[in-house]
Amino acid sequence: MGLNSDLFFQYVVAGITYGTIYAVVAIGFNIIYNATGIINFAQGEFVMLGGMTAVTLSRFLPLPVAILGAVAVTTVIGAVIEILFIRWLRGPSVLRMIIITIGVSILVREVALHVWGESIRALPYFTGTSVTSIKMGNVYISPQVLWVVGISAVAVVALSAFFNYTMLGRQMRACAANRDAARLCGISAKNMVTLSFMLSAGIGALGGCIVSPITYVQYDSGTPLAIKGFTVAILGGLGNSAAAVGAGMILGILESFSIWVLPAAYKEVISISLLLLILFIRPSGIFGSAEASRLKEF
Amino acid sequence: MRGRYLPVAAFAGLIVAIQMATHFTGSGYHLTQLTMSAYYSLLAIGLCLLVGYAGQISIGHAGFFAIGGYITALLTTHDLSSHQGLALGWLAKVGVLSSRTGLYGGHLLTLHPWTACLVAIVATVGVAYAIGGPVLKLKGHYLAMATLGFGTIVYRIVLGSALVGGADGLSEVPPFVLLPGLEVSSQASLRVQNYYLAWGLVIGGMMLLLNLIHSRTGRALSAIHGAEDAADAMGIPTARYKLNTFVLSAAYAGLAGVLLTHFNGGIGPSEASIMKSVRYVAIVAIGGMANLWGALLMSLLLNYLSLRGYFGTYDDAVFGGILILIMLFAPEGLLRRQLFGELRNLFSRNVAEEAP
Repeated sequence: MGLNSDLFFQYVVAGITYGTIYAVVAIGFNIIYNATGIINFAQGEFVMLGGMTAVTLSRFLPLPVAILGAVAVTTVIGAVIEILFIRWLRGPSVLRMIIITIGVSILVREVALHVWGESIRALPYFTGTSVTSIKMGNVYISPQVLWVVGISAVAVVALSAFFNYTMLGRQMRACAANRDAARLCGISAKNMVTLSFMLSAGIGALGGCIVSPITYVQYDSGTPLAIKGFTVAILGGLGNSAAAVGAGMILGILESFSIWVLPAAYKEVISISLLLLILFIRPSGIFGSAEASRLKEF
Repeated sequence: MRGRYLPVAAFAGLIVAIQMATHFTGSGYHLTQLTMSAYYSLLAIGLCLLVGYAGQISIGHAGFFAIGGYITALLTTHDLSSHQGLALGWLAKVGVLSSRTGLYGGHLLTLHPWTACLVAIVATVGVAYAIGGPVLKLKGHYLAMATLGFGTIVYRIVLGSALVGGADGLSEVPPFVLLPGLEVSSQASLRVQNYYLAWGLVIGGMMLLLNLIHSRTGRALSAIHGAEDAADAMGIPTARYKLNTFVLSAAYAGLAGVLLTHFNGGIGPSEASIMKSVRYVAIVAIGGMANLWGALLMSLLLNYLSLRGYFGTYDDAVFGGILILIMLFAPEGLLRRQLFGELRNLFSRNVAEEAP
């Protein structure tokens, strides 16, 4: 199999599509990490819930409304999870938080299994069908790829506007920077944590909706996404959402080209090996500062 | 010294009592699941040492279990009779081969289970050493994610490799003949023998760990758990202790995998799944984290109930639920040392309030 330039770009496009989703999941990790200092192991489940809910709603609602509905439902679920399992704990240890969020992810997955069964579902393509393609130069691109990249870009810009220009967003950043000082200024740190879970669930659900026509969604599709999203979050430096976008592209493209060398069944092995490698060599991420991360707990 | 072995004797008594009970009620079939629980318990107590005593979480122990199980399954089912050559002749001369008649009447020449078991344990320990070094430098979320990643890699490899049967796994693994007349297999006639064999092994493993935690090593581990930097400053080689504990617990998991695979006559990729790893952590957590006896008793109970199918389709949900409830309301575990004291306080307070 020769590597001509058309095929090369085809792989790059596929890589960018997946990379975008990984970046979206990574941003979800970062939002909660910044607010609480914990890694939410149930992050992938938000993506799965978004996709599943949207598929169900789209049976009797127009597609855009179904997607908005799914994002809203998942956002509420994010809030409920935070209030039930996190909010009332006083100074929990890291080990305790890890185990709780893992438990939550299992419960969500099991509920999804009993609600939706084991069948694989997908939303319809937003425009056209699975064989529709747009020709750009010599490369054929599915319009869904443009939807994925476009909507994710809008979401990332909207989020960064939220954190930089709105009162609420600034309050959240204040809490992330210094919880006690923020509370002295009259900001409710607890509400900010709930809000971070809602935002994170919402953006995860949106990611799940836009990607489901391409990747499909199933009750257990959350965990692999969570691991890859985490890989991207670490690669970019935990807490740094702009770098996560770049890191997402790197992982997506690497994974896409790995099919060249290894069977597709091992795709996940590649990305997880990369995760282990980064953790072993440079846990501060390739865009992160090693100096700053020395102060964090690894 | 006497106090340490009293619970061991009590537990051995419990094991005998259970067998007696099934014997007199004519429900010997329960012993099959109880034997399987024993092998899972071997993994659980090893993990308990790592998570509870050394304070290092691992969400990838099913990976070690699967490495042990898959290697022994592959080596004892892979037919060598079509191969010719010096190496094979040499292997036969050393006596590590075993020939038997296959399921379809064909002649099979494979490695002997003893050899396969040895290779499997050495491989598990090797992998544990290789990944343990860098992984154990990590803490908290990073350690959890790295071990989760390791578990996922093993799962994906066994699921994706045609050599080990992909989604079907490996079957027709022969019984493990330990000595003439003593074999690990699920034949109904050998049920009682296998039950005692498995639990005898668990009790042996338990005594080893109990001695370990009451030794210099055990005190070093609890110092590491309490405050790693402080332990380091006291001159405890923390990295070495952590690595050795990790490898020991992996060896327990690998041995459990080997024996259960011979007992069941096969292994599938679900044994390597993340859910299995989480289940083992749940058992250690409900047992009280740093409580070997708690982990052992909970493993006996929960694995037995799960294997008998009492949880139905809610099997995974039950373990997820247990994990959350324990961590929310009793992070010290259910079977903790202070439990009796707390209960006594509760009752005495009630009595005091009732008094005029």
